[in-house]
Formats: sequence, structure tokens, C-alpha cells
Amino acid sequence: MGYGADSSRFSENKRAVEDKFIGPLVKTSMNRCIQCTRCVRFVTEVAGVPELGAIGRGEDMEITSYLEHALTSELQGNVVDLCPVGALTSKPTAFHARPWEYLKTESVDVMDALGSAIRIDSRGREIVRILPRVNDAINEEWISDKTRHIVDGLKTQRLDRPYVRVDGSLRPASWAEAFAAVAGKVKATSPSRIGAIVGDLATVEEMFALKALFANLGSPNIDCRQDGSKLHPKFGRASYLFNSTIAGVDQADAILVIGSNPRHEAPVLNARIRKRWLGGGVLTGLVGEMADLTFKYNYLGAAPESLAAFADHPPANKTKPMFILGAGAFARPDGEAVLSLAAKAALSLGVVKDGWNGFNVLHSAASRVGGLDLGLVPGERGLDAPTMAKANAIDMLVNLGADEIDIEPGAFVVYIGTHGDRGAHRADVILPGAAYSEKTGIYVNTEGRPQFAERAVFPPGDAREDWSILRALSDPIGARLPFDSLTQLRSALAAAYPFLVRFDAVAPADAGVFGQLAALGGAIDKAPFVAAVADFYLTNPIARASRVMAECSALGRGVQREAAE
Amino acid sequence: MLEDKDRIFTNLYGFGDRSLKGARARGNWDGTKAIIDKGRDWIIAEMKASGLRGRGGAGFPTGLKWSFMPKTVDPKRPHYLVINADESEPGTCKDREIMRNDPHTLVEGALIASFAMGAHACYIYVRGEYIQERERLEAAVDEAYEARLIGKDNIHGWPFDLYVHHGAGAYICGEETAMLESLEGKKGMPRMKPPFPAGMGLYGSPTTVNNVESIAVAPTILRRGASWFTSFGAPNNFGTKVFCVSGHVNKPCNVEEAMSIPFRELIDKHCGGVRGGWDNLLAVIPGGASVRLVPAAEIIDCPMDFDSLAKLKSGLGTAAAIVMDKSTDIIRAIARLSYFYKHESCGQCTPCREGAGWMWRVMERMVQGRAQKREIDMLLDVTKQVEGHTICALGDAAAWPIQGLIAHFRPEIERRIDQYAANPASEPLRAAAE
Repeated sequence: MGYGADSSRFSENKRAVEDKFIGPLVKTSMNRCIQCTRCVRFVTEVAGVPELGAIGRGEDMEITSYLEHALTSELQGNVVDLCPVGALTSKPTAFHARPWEYLKTESVDVMDALGSAIRIDSRGREIVRILPRVNDAINEEWISDKTRHIVDGLKTQRLDRPYVRVDGSLRPASWAEAFAAVAGKVKATSPSRIGAIVGDLATVEEMFALKALFANLGSPNIDCRQDGSKLHPKFGRASYLFNSTIAGVDQADAILVIGSNPRHEAPVLNARIRKRWLGGGVLTGLVGEMADLTFKYNYLGAAPESLAAFADHPPANKTKPMFILGAGAFARPDGEAVLSLAAKAALSLGVVKDGWNGFNVLHSAASRVGGLDLGLVPGERGLDAPTMAKANAIDMLVNLGADEIDIEPGAFVVYIGTHGDRGAHRADVILPGAAYSEKTGIYVNTEGRPQFAERAVFPPGDAREDWSILRALSDPIGARLPFDSLTQLRSALAAAYPFLVRFDAVAPADAGVFGQLAALGGAIDKAPFVAAVADFYLTNPIARASRVMAECSALGRGVQREAAE
Repeated sequence: MLEDKDRIFTNLYGFGDRSLKGARARGNWDGTKAIIDKGRDWIIAEMKASGLRGRGGAGFPTGLKWSFMPKTVDPKRPHYLVINADESEPGTCKDREIMRNDPHTLVEGALIASFAMGAHACYIYVRGEYIQERERLEAAVDEAYEARLIGKDNIHGWPFDLYVHHGAGAYICGEETAMLESLEGKKGMPRMKPPFPAGMGLYGSPTTVNNVESIAVAPTILRRGASWFTSFGAPNNFGTKVFCVSGHVNKPCNVEEAMSIPFRELIDKHCGGVRGGWDNLLAVIPGGASVRLVPAAEIIDCPMDFDSLAKLKSGLGTAAAIVMDKSTDIIRAIARLSYFYKHESCGQCTPCREGAGWMWRVMERMVQGRAQKREIDMLLDVTKQVEGHTICALGDAAAWPIQGLIAHFRPEIERRIDQYAANPASEPLRAAAE
């Protein structure tokens, strides 16, 4: 009996607490709650939305979102990890199986460009849940709700066999038939009329393979910027990276957010900015769409011209000032002028100076930095993504998972992707690929940090890893790729781009490029900035296939619940 | 018996004029400038010499507490004085009489104490239920502002603002750090100590929290000198004190008396004796609800001061004597106190949050006798596990009345259990409060 009594002496009636509705992501079993208030503190302090609290006093205290409203935070899923007793559990994934039955795979998130460290738990062929891993350089210990609850989207609307469009409708086909259809079209088309657009979730490997394929075909029409961004590797690597690194936010003493809504584009980064803001001694500002960012800021205007005031500004009285430029700031016709203006302002304010580079581009697509690093931009007389998407601009388009762009009629579209989404609907041939959880691959995050993602499960049905689809396709179209395995591909990649295989390290980019960039000039438009992410919960085909994300999105848009379960 | 000339609160019963004019006639605000001119160190030394122990219950020496404030004021962290007028202790009603009838003693004390600790702002946190008290106190503060006794530019040469803050009626906000949380606009939950308020209190600045009575007696002590104050009471328990006697005495009252007055003298002189004579006395809770009760035999000739009552494993607390004669159902009385603590527990620490409710439920059964005798020991064990394991003293306060009950009235509890066991289907006792 060294450890006390073996049975409870508590013979009174136990207190019972009603379960609360706090949103579609977190299920409550409030009888278990021990009122530690960790969830209250997380939601109030880290997430910055004081929507969870305790009512009542003493043993009558109850944790609730006042009036049973759903929480509005994009980070609310983390309270499940915080809860020490299981009073808050994950609504979509609770009670599927015992945690020790799961196969745990360490991976990297692709829902935004941060590359948060995640652990994918799978059971058999099914992914059950996604949890954060600690990575102090990027996500600390949090992940966004989209990262965590995308799981059901990986199981629905999947493309599990090739399709070929016959007489206007898509018909299941074998791989050989699909390849034959593609090969026939390629042979009938001049290389300059063939193009490729790369989507937001592609790994470096498949982009490398696609680039090699198009080099063999002799086509210059290739673009990884489906949003029409004007960022370009020719301006230097520093022009499109989050140069200060994400951890650099902790040191910044002035943060100006430009054309971005970090709360939607990278909620975990937003929490980090908020943490820095709570620490005090930091000046925060916003140019762009006004939004609740969970921290206070000085609103400086909506359009790029508000930024012009800083172009010839004396250096700021700050040691580590920082710009955070959203992807939306460059995805506009005057994107290059905005980039030049931002570079000019950064130089004059001292955002870029010796020993400190606070010029930070916050991408919203996980594949973008990898694509720019590989140079997936139009070559000599090549067409960019928006031009290729125009009606009859080209005759054949290879679409590697680009679902955020409307491809107008005309071109014969080969879609390599995972979900029956916008891209697949427009396709003439569908080649089913693997989602990020179903392939090993390299992703380069917005800081320029290459990270290696492991495979958790295999692709469904006849779907294959994307690089191998491109390799297999290269034979029938007569543009054979020189690698037969992923190892060979990576060797070739490492030889061509050694910095892309130095995993988890950020190679500082040369800050000398900003001078030329500032000199570029160009006329800026009066149109206000538009943030890259309109609906946080529906930014990619996986999310759009997810029932949970749809419910969150509906709640976010203010659609009333019919009845609280 | 304390003579009228030695009373500090000369208008405790509200027979006189409570306005500034009346207060001045009784000697308040007399020579305040001279006291302030003697300087901070003199005031603190004199307060220490007077041996005044905090009147809020814990009995910590007031002068010593004031001396803990930093000597120099960091301009970024101004000093604050917070006066605890959240008098919610059952049986205690001394501060309300001071605020109601003699508010200027408090206002003057606030100025002097603030000066002594380098504070330019003072908050008085008034209990939520004290509506009239707050109105009268505010009227007194307004009078003092008008007469330029306090304010930014006052005749005493120490810029000083006094704010009366009205609480919402939570017992826990009488705990000093919970009071600071509440003043800051947060939920009234005690803070972990250290850091103590003198280092990091209100808004993170050095703060002293004092009881109303401790502050209100200060001006008179300084006017009449520490030696006058030490002429009353036993060593280490000097001074005069407002006693609140309630319960089964013929004339319940508030009375200012010298410390260390024997209980019998206090009751006989001021309260008309115990109802039904001294032989009818059952027990006394001598210091508000939070101390252990003392049975009649031990209390009758005990001096009413901190040290003597501590020897009886009880305490002077707020000097609110709750007198119970032999008609009292002592178990039910303590059960009612348990309910009070269960109701007022803030819920921050598990032992108190869960234990207070547990103790109350067991006590409710004990009232009927619907329990096992072994449960008495279990209940005692639970009180020991709550006591000392919480951030603030509310857990202790919930445990002590029950410990006192079991220590002195265990046979009564056992008798009740036997009675119930002999006739379990009898007419149930009317349930205790709620």
C-alpha cells in the first residue's frame, strides 16, 4: 500500500457537467474537465481570440465558449493536444482506434507555405489523424486547423484510375490508353504550343521531372505560378524568400504586413507575430485589406501607393524592422512594380541592411519556392500561367495539380492530380497522382528551407507517384527522362541544385539583389491589395474535398447551424 | 474597560455627524500636515513601534508591511495602496461601521499610509453588497477632495488620488492577490506568491494591501503616539480593536475595546451576557467563520488577542465572535459554514474546489447522522489534505471549522449517527440551508 488506498473513498454523487458545443473540430466531454484552463489560456493568449472561458465559480466552474458559439480561431484544434484529460477531443477523429494501433509517420505540411512539422497517423491504408511535431524554427508546437483536419479530404473525391475524355465525357481508361491519348496529342502538336502549369502542392522531385520533360520536348511554356505572381528567379533568390526566417519574427522590432492576411495565409506564423507583439516593444503596421489579425496594428492604407511613402524614407529608428509581403501583393498586373517599390522601401527603411534581411515574402503555396528555385518559369518566348489558361493560347496543357486556375476552352488538358476538382473537370486525360501523404518528397518552405516528407500510406487504386507518371509518360511521347528510380532522380536533382537537398537548413540568400530590384521601377496601380487567401478553409483540392473543412468554411461565412446536434 | 477618551472610532454607532465637519470636531484631519512633514521613515518607525497588527485577520504587523515597499519609486512602476474593504467574513461587520459612520478616519489614513509608502494613488475595494457604505465613503472622499485634503494639489503637499472601487460580491476577492486581479479587471482568482504584492502587485507595480481598520487607526496612532497605543493589550497584541459580537448574546454589538480583554468581560460589559447565562454557553467562533471554534470552558476566561487564541488552536481573525449557546445545532452550524466555503471557492486549486464541496456534502449527512463513524476520521483526513495545499487561505478556512468541530464535538457527531442508526426512518431533519 505504498501508493495509498486502492479504492476511492469518495462516495458522494459525482458532479456532472453538460457537454458544450464549441465548433465542428473540438468535441467536448466536460465531465472529464479538471478546470486547468489551459485551453482558455491557449485560445486567449496564443490564438488571440478570447472566445473560450470559464463561467461559474468553485466546483460549478465550467469551460465554455460563451453562448455555445463555435470558436473562430484557425488554431483551435491545438486545444485537443493541450487538454491533459481528454475533455477536449478531436471531433472528426475521436474513437476511430487506439493510438498505439497507428503507424506514425513524420512528414511536412503543405496546406500553407510554412512547412509545419506534422506526424501523420495511419491505420492500414487509411490516414486517421494529423498531429503537430515540435519544430521551433517553424511551427513551434502548433498547427493550423486546416493542417490537422484535412484528413477526410484525403479519402474523398480521389482519382484512383486514369480517365480519358471521349465524346465530351470522361471515361475510365487504362494507363496504356491514357498514355496513348496523350502521346497522340503530343505528336500532333508543335512543342511551342504545349505548356505546363504546376499546382500548389507539388514536390520538388515531380517539378524537376516535369522541367526535364519539357526541356526534352523543347517547350518553353512552363510556369509554377498559377496565381499569376510576378515573382521570378531572375530577381535573385532573396526576392522571393522569407529572408529573416520565421524564427526571426521573434527578434523583429517593427513588422509591416503588406498585401497579406497572415492569419489566413499562415495561421501559425500569425500566432508567432502575435507572440512577438505581446512581448512588447514592437511597431506593427498593415498595408492591405483590413482584417482582425489578433494583434493591433497601425493601418497604413489599402493600396501599394501607401507603400510609396516609404520609398525615400529615412531609415527607421529600429534595429530589426521587417516586411511581410503576401503572395497576393505580387499576383497582380503591376506585381513587378510592387516588388521594386517594396525593395526600395526596404532599403531606405533599413529593412535590408548589413547583418539583417527583413524582406520577407510569405507564400501561400507549398510548392512555390521549390518551383522558383528550380526555375519553373517561362523560358525564352514562353508563356506564363495566366496566358496559357487563355482560350486557344496553346493546344496542349499538362496540368500538374493546378486547381486554382480556370483553364479556358481550347487546349487539350492532361491533368495529373489527386482530386476530382476544378482541374480534373476541365481535363481531357486524367492521370491519377499521389497526395502529399502518399509520396516521399522534398518541399521548400517560404523561408527556402528544404524539408523531406515521408510517405504515410500508398496512393489509392491505380494512382501513382507523380514523378513516376511523368517518367512513364516520357517514353510514349518520345522525350525519355534519364532516371528510372526516385534515387536516380534525386541524384540528378542534388547534382543540379545541391542546396535543395540540404534538408532543414536555410541557405541565406544574397541580399545584394535589392539594389537592382529597387532600380527596376515601374508604374504601380491604384487597385488595393487583395490577400492571396479568400477562404482559409478551402484553399486547395484536398481541403475542398473535406467535409470538415466545408463545415468550418460555412461557419466562417456566418451560415447558421440548423440545430446544435 | 476602554475609556471613551481612548477610543479611536468615536462615531462608530453613527450618533454623531459623519460629515467632514463632524469628523473634524472629533479630531480627524487634525495635524495631518504635521504628521506628513515628519517624513516617511518616522511614520513607518512609529507604526512599527505601535505594534499594530493587521486587522484583516492574519495579524501581520502593519508597520513592517509598509516597510517592505521599495524605498525609491521607479517612475515606470508607481506604488499603490489598496485598501481591502471587501469585508465578507461571516460574522464580521467592523469595516462597514467604519465606512458608514466614521469614513474620514479611513480617508485620512489612506493619505498617510500612501505617503508612507510613496504611493500617489489608493484604491478602496468595497464589497459588492455594501451599497450604502460605498455611498457614504464616496461622499466622504468627495468632501475631502473639495476641502483639498486630498487630490492632485492638496494642502498636505502630497499629490494623492483616492478611488473607491465597488466589487461584485465575491468572498474570494477579499484575498489580497485576488483583489488585485479583480481590480485589474480579471477574474478574482488569487495569484501565486511569491512575488508578493510589495514587489509585484497591482498592474505589476509595488502594492500594499491593508484592511480598512488597519488604515483607519493609523492617523490616531500617529497623533497620539505609539506609546499610547501600546498601553493597551498584552505584549505583541497591542492596541484597541473593534470586536463584532454576534449570536446568542443578549445585546449583539460592535464595540471598540482594548486588545486582550477577557472574553467574559467583553460579553458581560458590552453585550449583556450570554443568553441564558454563562452556563448555557456551548462554543464560540472567536474570529469570523474561518477559525476553529472554541468550546465554552476554554474561551470564557481567555484574553481576546492573537496569541492567546492561537494557543487554543483558534485565532483572533477579524475579532468577530460568534457566540453559540446550548440550543445551537453545532453540526448544522458548521455545515452551513461548509456550504459557504463551497459556494465561495473560486475553483482555481483542485483541493479547495473539489474538497470544499465534498466536505459540505459529508457535513450535510453528519447533520442528519446519516453517516458512518469511520467517516468522521475520513472527513478529518480530507480537511488535512485541503489545508495548506491551496494558493490562498480559503482552503484552510474551509478546513478549520470542521477540524474544530471534530476536535471538540466528536461525541455529539457520534451521538447523532447512533440516533439515526437506531431510527433511520424517522422524520427527516429539515435540510440545512439550500
